[in-house]
Amino acid sequence: MELVCPAGTPAALRAAVDAGADAVYLGFRDETNARNFPGLNFSPAELAEAVAYAGQRRRKVFVAINTFPRAGAEGLWHRAVDTAAELGAAAVILADIGLLDYAARRHPSLRLHLSVQASASHPAAIRFYHEAFGVRRVVLPRVLTVADIAALNESLPVEAEVFAFGGMCPMAEGRCSLSSYVTGQSPNMSGVCSPASHVRYERRGEDLVLLLGGSIINRFGPDEPAGYPTLCKGRFSVEGRASYLFEEPTSLNTADILAELKAAGVSALKIEGRQRGRAYIAAAVSSFRALIDALEAARPAPPAIVRELRGLAEGQRGTSGAFGKSWR
Amino acid sequence: MTSQLSLGPVFFNWDPDSWRDFYFRIADEAPVDTAYVGEVVCAKRSPLFLQHMDAVVDRLQKSGKRVVMSSLALIGNEREAAAMRELAADDDRCVEINDIGLVPAASGRHYHLGPFINIYNEATLAYLAGRGARLACLPPELPAASIVRLAAGAPLELEVFAFGRLPLAISARCFHARAHHLHKDGCQFVCNRDPNGLAIDTLDGEPFLAINGTQTLSYTCCNLIGDLDQLVEAGIGRFRLSPLAIDMVAVARVFRDALDARLGPSEAMARLAALAGDLVFSNGFFHGMEGRRFQPLHQPEVE
Repeated sequence: MELVCPAGTPAALRAAVDAGADAVYLGFRDETNARNFPGLNFSPAELAEAVAYAGQRRRKVFVAINTFPRAGAEGLWHRAVDTAAELGAAAVILADIGLLDYAARRHPSLRLHLSVQASASHPAAIRFYHEAFGVRRVVLPRVLTVADIAALNESLPVEAEVFAFGGMCPMAEGRCSLSSYVTGQSPNMSGVCSPASHVRYERRGEDLVLLLGGSIINRFGPDEPAGYPTLCKGRFSVEGRASYLFEEPTSLNTADILAELKAAGVSALKIEGRQRGRAYIAAAVSSFRALIDALEAARPAPPAIVRELRGLAEGQRGTSGAFGKSWR
Repeated sequence: MTSQLSLGPVFFNWDPDSWRDFYFRIADEAPVDTAYVGEVVCAKRSPLFLQHMDAVVDRLQKSGKRVVMSSLALIGNEREAAAMRELAADDDRCVEINDIGLVPAASGRHYHLGPFINIYNEATLAYLAGRGARLACLPPELPAASIVRLAAGAPLELEVFAFGRLPLAISARCFHARAHHLHKDGCQFVCNRDPNGLAIDTLDGEPFLAINGTQTLSYTCCNLIGDLDQLVEAGIGRFRLSPLAIDMVAVARVFRDALDARLGPSEAMARLAALAGDLVFSNGFFHGMEGRRFQPLHQPEVE
């Protein structure tokens, strides 16, 4: 299984490559990618350096251009695809049908991966993208069980990449307008979810209150760790009962089910987190490198590595998420 | 051309007899040109309505309404996929597909693209028109600027989501079951207790969202009655009213009267407010703001 790792900065890219990533994915510094955060992402010149650094070590760079082009402004997204192709990206990761069509026609030799944002959750959807645009790999939605994935792979004409570690969306990706409903900033159009510019923490007595777009999405007691400020990871009240209605404050960790994923026919494992720092990336990537190497050599997973990954979830509990049916 | 009104599919798990009676009344009394029928949210619910499906379709057609069958928004397994392919390939009925994987099955037939298909730009619209789609209901998230762009020279007919709780997200997980400490497989169909969805509040009691099984909806009720003139001017000829457990026949009449200039925007808005009861209106997405906000009539728009 190929290990695909995130990079939000050139330093993170070098860290990921040095730690054993087979491929690194990144985005340009604008709204063409779904992690359009301030201070993050790559200029074309930095992409060129990234491709060179990875190429010298026989690793690959994928460019995520996975938002949905704004009507009347498609040129920005076209230029992103053109630049990625010209600078030697091994693949572009796309979600929008119009952009896939553009890339397939303009750059017929450019390898196309289908972003998780396209929410292709069943064989007919994946086959559509493969037949229409020649998509070679699909990043599967984080809503499928291992059994679903195994069934899918039996009839799949393309490679399957799954999320292995990091944040997880409880909603079908690319089909969620919760952030734009509350903040006006949309993952699909602006490349941001629950943007930091709309997040505020306030003291209320002993408690720390977390607000998004002026609405309370969580409240932490003095002994509680403050959770991640994402709308669907918040605590809400239904008929007077407060709970993590959409998703517990957990982090996806597939360390315990890698063998099952391999048996299900998964071609690539993806680590989430282009917004993460270099140290986190290095630790997560080297841990997964060790786990995959052990798996390929039919050795047991090193217990120290498994412990390290649990610790990396930043005090959050790990979960195998939607890969297990009980999640639903 | 006269603007047309559509009634969207019922998102909620209504009692099957109430569901049938709702459509019967729409057939007999509502000034809508098209009615979308079919389960969009949860495949587990589909069998509940089958017993009445033929009667509902028949009644709507006999009253001169065009009937379109809506597909599921999220296809979770091969069994659901097969059922949806069958729906899309039905020569006798027009289908609205809400999952892109159904394009090949629907090709060659008269099919629509539902609001769950991500159409954000001209190229995507042109591609799907080239694959045979005849009409697209645009995603409710689109701002006016995008709608105007798409409507200019659109290669197929466009419909805009103009009234109802906004479909904001869909999941493999059932939040209704979760709120009742149940598992999706043993959900006891608890979503049938909330005909307009189950309201979710923030921890300090601010109404925030609504859940409907695996679907998350807006707490507010989208209402573009004050924006119809602008939409018509842009070339939009169809408006979708999404069913709620309120008097939808009366809602349709208000929209019809507003489109026919028998009612001014203020009066139309006042009538909808009276019909909507506790529902709070929003039109923020259209105005390029937070979707939950409401831009009142006749005021300069906020930048």
